[in-house]
Amino acid sequence: MSQDFTPTEMMIIAAARALINDDVCFVGIGAPSAACNVARLTHAPDITLIYESGTIGTRPDVLPLSIGDGELCDTALFTVPVPEMFRYWLQGGRITTGFLGGAQIDRFANLNTTVVGPYDNPKVRLPGGGGAPEIASSCGRIFITMALSKRGFVDKLPFITSMGHGEGGNHRERLGMKTAGPTRVVTDLCILEPDPETKELTVTSIHSGVTRDQIVENCGWPIRFAAEIVGTPVPTESELTVLRDINARTRKAHSGDGKEAA
Amino acid sequence: MAARIISLAEAIADNLRDGDTLAMEGFTHLIPYAAAHEIIRQGRKDLFLIRMTPDLIYDQLIGVGAARGMKFSWGGNPGVGSLHRFRDAVENQWPRPLDIEEHSHAAMANAYEAGAANLPFAMLRGYIGADLPKVNPNIRSVTCPFTGEVLAAVPAIRPDVSVIHALRADRKGNVLLEGIVGVQKEAVLAAKRSIVTVEEIVDELNPPSPNSVVLPGWAISAVCHVPGGAFPSYAHGYYPRSNAFYIAWDEIARDRDRFNDWIRDNVMNATPEDFAKYAKTPAKIA
Repeated sequence: MSQDFTPTEMMIIAAARALINDDVCFVGIGAPSAACNVARLTHAPDITLIYESGTIGTRPDVLPLSIGDGELCDTALFTVPVPEMFRYWLQGGRITTGFLGGAQIDRFANLNTTVVGPYDNPKVRLPGGGGAPEIASSCGRIFITMALSKRGFVDKLPFITSMGHGEGGNHRERLGMKTAGPTRVVTDLCILEPDPETKELTVTSIHSGVTRDQIVENCGWPIRFAAEIVGTPVPTESELTVLRDINARTRKAHSGDGKEAA
Repeated sequence: MAARIISLAEAIADNLRDGDTLAMEGFTHLIPYAAAHEIIRQGRKDLFLIRMTPDLIYDQLIGVGAARGMKFSWGGNPGVGSLHRFRDAVENQWPRPLDIEEHSHAAMANAYEAGAANLPFAMLRGYIGADLPKVNPNIRSVTCPFTGEVLAAVPAIRPDVSVIHALRADRKGNVLLEGIVGVQKEAVLAAKRSIVTVEEIVDELNPPSPNSVVLPGWAISAVCHVPGGAFPSYAHGYYPRSNAFYIAWDEIARDRDRFNDWIRDNVMNATPEDFAKYAKTPAKIA
């Protein structure tokens, strides 16, 4: 079945729809940043986007390559020092939604971006946590977006960089956390939400043209489906136009041969 | 008392010794690349590096074997992928083993602030449910004497030397930062000695607001005029980040020989003045 949008476009647009106009959103780089800006340019024009470099209320015309591109500061309402960012705004409880990606996730939405293999002798050394450990605990709720794959959605994480629902159930509460943690994981094939009791991620919405078998085959644990499953509405023309336009502007802005210092 | 305005070569020679703990800060913006290259040229070794986002600047210092260890919180090439020299050191101990002390951004930012405030440690509501405390003995806890809440504690960052890049300085060595100011002020005030490279030296600093980020010359050891010294990072209002170079670095750093060739051509056989070709002043932009 051919469709006039890609699975990645569907993922970013489905992720964007989760945000609302009143959100104050701590934005991770990559797919989360694309989703947050599509939300701002479609149904949530007054959303407050915050990047951990200290830029608050930013309205970038092109997607930043790094978390601290000049574009973010130039278009921000204001820019604060990094200690203030983490102390007053994040730890202070001012952020409604944190939007994260990750290299690996488990069934309780814990994330790993640190190592594959043992920490002291890693097979692959990944970049590490950055802001994620405290974003995951201090934001009101967490959205996660990443493509569904066996490599990414694993039965057991080698390392927990940031806690989602831990071992499941009320683990967050037992550790004293008052925030909701991950409430939605948007992939390129489907949307997952934690079961209200066990907190295990379950499929609640399936994107157009995707089969249950595809989802099962691309997940590293025996994935559960909710009793009631809806079909994710396909992207609208305006959503696709906004996403493709910002991607085109971004490609143009970041291109170049890099030879100036080579 | 004013900062000494001297050459970058003198500033590094006078202030940085083998074995020192060294913080070179700049959160994506104003990363002091020219100073790092001078450190490599002068052959400093056994440095313990501190930086929230090691970025290409520490990939280069690690790749030449100048570092014995590193304290950090996010070790990637932003938006591109891995820092291949950092990975080679951790995964294969090339060109030498690297001791790592890994934190979260929030902990590093708090630790710099504690250092600037002359406190022994920082506390934060952090690392809850995360695995880093299991592998980093410098992540501990304190109990609030008033509420009983258990909070994360990390040692204050007190570098022997901090190096930052700023927009401009006046002739007394007072310096101005604008834009994404990161943890630079904290890094300088936490350090025993500090070096600031700047785009311009001007007669009057003219901070744009009474609340501008200004570091007075009497709080800095040395100021060096190095136009373009943050390239391929950027200087707000002067020149943009070279995202193209960050993308190109992925291929350069992936291969040991290609990396060594790049260092030879662009660091060992270069000078701080070579950064000037990337510099633009606000007047030229307008």
